[in-house]
Amino acid sequence: MPLSHDQVLHIAELARLTISEEETARFAEQLSDILDYMDKLKSVDTTDVAPTAHPLARQNVTREDKVRPSLSRDEALANAPQQQDGFFQVRRILE
Amino acid sequence: MDFQLTIHAALDRLRDGSLSSRQLTESLLQRIADTDDTIKAYLRVDGEGALRSAEEADRRRSQGEKAPLLGIPLALKDVICTKGIETTCASRFLQGFTPPYDATVVARLKESGAVILGKTNTDEFAMGSSTENSSYFTTHNPWDVTRVPGGSSGGSAAAVAADECLGALGTDTGGSIRQPAAFCGVAGLKPTYGRVSRYGLVAFASSLDQAGPLGKDVTDCALLLQTMAGYDPCDSTSVDLPVPDYYGALQPRLDGVRIGVPREYFGNGMQPEVEAAVRDALQVCRELGAELVDLSMPYTEYALPAYYIISSAEASANLARFDGVRYGARYDDAMREAADIIETTSKTRQQGFGDEVKRRIMLGTYTLSAGYYDAYYLKAQQVRTLIKRDFDQAFSRCDALIVPTTPTTAFRIGERVHDMLQMYLGDIFTLGLNLAGTCGISILCGFADGLPIGMQVLGGAFEEATILNVAYAYEQATAWHLQTPEL
Repeated sequence: MPLSHDQVLHIAELARLTISEEETARFAEQLSDILDYMDKLKSVDTTDVAPTAHPLARQNVTREDKVRPSLSRDEALANAPQQQDGFFQVRRILE
Repeated sequence: MDFQLTIHAALDRLRDGSLSSRQLTESLLQRIADTDDTIKAYLRVDGEGALRSAEEADRRRSQGEKAPLLGIPLALKDVICTKGIETTCASRFLQGFTPPYDATVVARLKESGAVILGKTNTDEFAMGSSTENSSYFTTHNPWDVTRVPGGSSGGSAAAVAADECLGALGTDTGGSIRQPAAFCGVAGLKPTYGRVSRYGLVAFASSLDQAGPLGKDVTDCALLLQTMAGYDPCDSTSVDLPVPDYYGALQPRLDGVRIGVPREYFGNGMQPEVEAAVRDALQVCRELGAELVDLSMPYTEYALPAYYIISSAEASANLARFDGVRYGARYDDAMREAADIIETTSKTRQQGFGDEVKRRIMLGTYTLSAGYYDAYYLKAQQVRTLIKRDFDQAFSRCDALIVPTTPTTAFRIGERVHDMLQMYLGDIFTLGLNLAGTCGISILCGFADGLPIGMQVLGGAFEEATILNVAYAYEQATAWHLQTPEL
């Protein structure tokens, strides 16, 4: 089933990606082709088959809540595109 | 020429004093200067840092230290964080990003005395099979510079093949160590999930990624893995199991070893020379004492769709961290004008990511979105169970499997860039292993029209010693690995 123009724009919005008109058309076609191929999985009988999310069947790996050495504030901020007064600077998100 | 040495041969010479790490490192830096304009394996070379580490290694050796890789110059794929050396994942997004810490594998190599030469090219965020998705340039195959080196660890494989390092690290999510190793005629090992720490690797698909070594022969892979492997408290998915002596266990016979030959990995339109070379290799193993076992892994053909759904879903979640707040290039204009944070983020990501990364983020977002989760993501996870079962059953009957690494030898640069499915189909023989989470090594087993052919030895969970030994015995009985490209 081909993806529509609107579906592609919706996915891009969910993924926080601005895409151009040209990209929208191109991705619609390419993603539709790939999804058609993925439909191959529909022919596999998976009745009563449990899903595998991870190769190791582990849960809740915990450690002691102890203070350990970590990056300094300057090191943590060193790669930030914008910073101010020891903080990461972003656009206002609350009015 | 010193740059042509294997790691084990170089260690012998460093130990007997006939070579210093400084001489060896200078020889490699000169080799890089002479050949890398053609091969383009490196995104950046840290000559100064490498010479400094080499001198330090020589000093340590003169004081009687015996660290296992003391003075050995290596290259690292650029998705592996290196303190103080820019790490871009071959993405524009991370241009200028200098990690404040070393990945655990890098820290372990440094403790073992390794010298870091530089960072190698890859497909952007390790998503691709040719390095053509690098945002900077495409690496060229040393055996034929009109062809791709494979990917995504194509820069590492090409650097090893072109003698621009003694060994290298790559990462393998769906074949990204083994496929370029095959295309470039070197050895490359993907460890069992959990064998090697992922701390400090820029994550692509967290349930599939593993770092591993690429070397000129099997012995070098064993030496590198020895240093890399082991539990790391910083990666809760690394496994606390003892690391065997891989190097010490290598021996030249295969008596009593059962090698499985799954029929789904042969025929089906693959290049006839590739099949013939792998079948010849099976006979060599039989002559060394191995027993060959025919078997079937019926879910093999479903590995490709299951892999792309699962890896893209995980990638869409992992790459959500690239928002241009803590690191990476932010879309500046939006910052100055009246844009909100969502627009700033979305434009930052539009500008920073290349096409293939965007496609996979979108594919992953779609298959995880409301209404499609069960049909795609859950279904793929169920098929993953069936594929894992295929491997479990095979390893209950056999010690290892031998299969081709790729259906063809290296393809031409540009040949598959507009046909994604064709590009993806080139990985059908490597993807299943990542879904199962076990280990595999690709080694050279012949040539077709001057291009290397790779075969894989696949093993069960934490059976690295077994696959290294099968690969080593085969390598000792043949001479393919001694051939080098003319550059």
